[in-house]
Amino acid sequence: MTTRAWLLADSPTSRWQANAGRAYRVFTALLRNPLSVLGGVIILVLLLTALFAPWIAPFSPTGQNLSQRLLPPSGVNWMGTDELGRDIFSRVVWGSQITLTIVLLVALISAPLGLLIGAIAGYFGGWVDKILMGFTDIFLSLPKLILALAFVAALGPGINNAIIAIAVTSWPAYARIARAETLTIRNAEYISAVQLAGGGPIRVIVQHILPLCTSSMIVRVTLDMAGVILTAAGLGFIGLGAQPPLPEWGAMISRGRTFILDQWWVATMPGFAIIIVSLGFCFLGDGLRDVLDPKSEGKS
Amino acid sequence: MSALTLKNLDISYGDTKVVHGVNLDVPEGESFALVGESGSGKSTILRAIAGLAPEWTGEISVLGTPRTHRVDRNVSRQVQMVFQDPYGSLHPRKTIDSALSEPLAIHGIGNRDERVEAVLKQVGLDQRFRFRFPHQLSGGQRQRVAIARALMLEPKVLLLDEPTSALDVSVQAEILNLLKRLRREQNLTFLMVTHNLPVVSFLCDRLAVMRHGRIVEIADVAQLKQGELREPYSRELLAATAG
Repeated sequence: MTTRAWLLADSPTSRWQANAGRAYRVFTALLRNPLSVLGGVIILVLLLTALFAPWIAPFSPTGQNLSQRLLPPSGVNWMGTDELGRDIFSRVVWGSQITLTIVLLVALISAPLGLLIGAIAGYFGGWVDKILMGFTDIFLSLPKLILALAFVAALGPGINNAIIAIAVTSWPAYARIARAETLTIRNAEYISAVQLAGGGPIRVIVQHILPLCTSSMIVRVTLDMAGVILTAAGLGFIGLGAQPPLPEWGAMISRGRTFILDQWWVATMPGFAIIIVSLGFCFLGDGLRDVLDPKSEGKS
Repeated sequence: MSALTLKNLDISYGDTKVVHGVNLDVPEGESFALVGESGSGKSTILRAIAGLAPEWTGEISVLGTPRTHRVDRNVSRQVQMVFQDPYGSLHPRKTIDSALSEPLAIHGIGNRDERVEAVLKQVGLDQRFRFRFPHQLSGGQRQRVAIARALMLEPKVLLLDEPTSALDVSVQAEILNLLKRLRREQNLTFLMVTHNLPVVSFLCDRLAVMRHGRIVEIADVAQLKQGELREPYSRELLAATAG
């Protein structure tokens, strides 16, 4: 039997095969959408760049060489050099690590937090719902960047505090989605069946409600990744994110602002990096939305 | 001994009272039907017995012990429920295997593989369905899975909420035969909600006719078959379904 036949088997013979088959179907459906493939490739390139930055970057990201300052893009310095003579290409490559760290940590902190709060509020309803959602609404009503600014100002500038600040400001949207989904699921008969078998609220929420919320959550998180990158870049731009000499893309744009009229490449190159990665996440998120939508379940 | 006893049962959803003063006694091993038009409160009674409609007053006893208002683990081993819609009663992301193992996991019962295989055989499903997802099954097969899930904890009483109304006629017959066989093999007590009187005469021993949340009449199936129901409303209902 070929691997493909095994994956698509109509009657899987083990738990593992059933789940692998489902993952394979999602994957092939994703491959049929050219834009999401493009997004996936961009994210893959970002991952590889971050992983192999020391080998890819031709120069040190922080090594200064004042005799080489503000050189235009050339065969040696592919993206030119900045005001301290550092190679911009190397800095962009190393910056991918910072961007990826921010994106991953924000997703890992805010998505589970939002999911859990939303699911608990939706499942229990009543005063639990009122308190949790009131809390969520307070966070939602504050502008994201301003709130992140306030947090960073309180915690002190730096990449870790920027991550915390962005995570703290992005969970409420996830909590709202998770709550809305939970409300439509909680009275379903398959939930009643678990309750009837004696399953407690923890089991119902964690094993039955959350798996149904996660697909829309994954979509939403990938779509939001662009926003996270931009917020991180924004914090870096204002000078409250990554601190020099860290090659964070937003901070690099901020430094290049001074020379934007005469040495356009200093601010433009990291700008391109931000645009491409944001686009990559958006494309991938769009593709995932089409594939993971529970309403299209069974058709794929 | 009585499998189910309801005394002066009132059930409400919020401020609306939907069931008024129901008294009912179902002996062990009997198959009892609740019939009536939509909104007459029949399904609500099942949900209250199962613990899914907690706002009730009066008394509900299961196998002689009064039950509490919440879902309770001891009661779940004695009473299980089969829902009306086989498309809505199975979790879309869980394989048949995990749906059937879940009750065992909750109650810490071992031998899960063997038990799942055994129950699939009981409800007439091939082992190759075990690791499929619900969307890979037909309506009748799903309802068999739902029945299998209800049997996992080896309950004495099965609450059936219109178990065949969402199915094709030919599949309905299969499911009814399955229920009849299971009841005989495992000496189950059935409390079934339906508005299909032929199903009642096929599967049940006695029936209660309900209207506006009250029991109008309790009769033997023999009376139903001979068209000898006492109350005018029951006759009306019988005429309506026969016509």
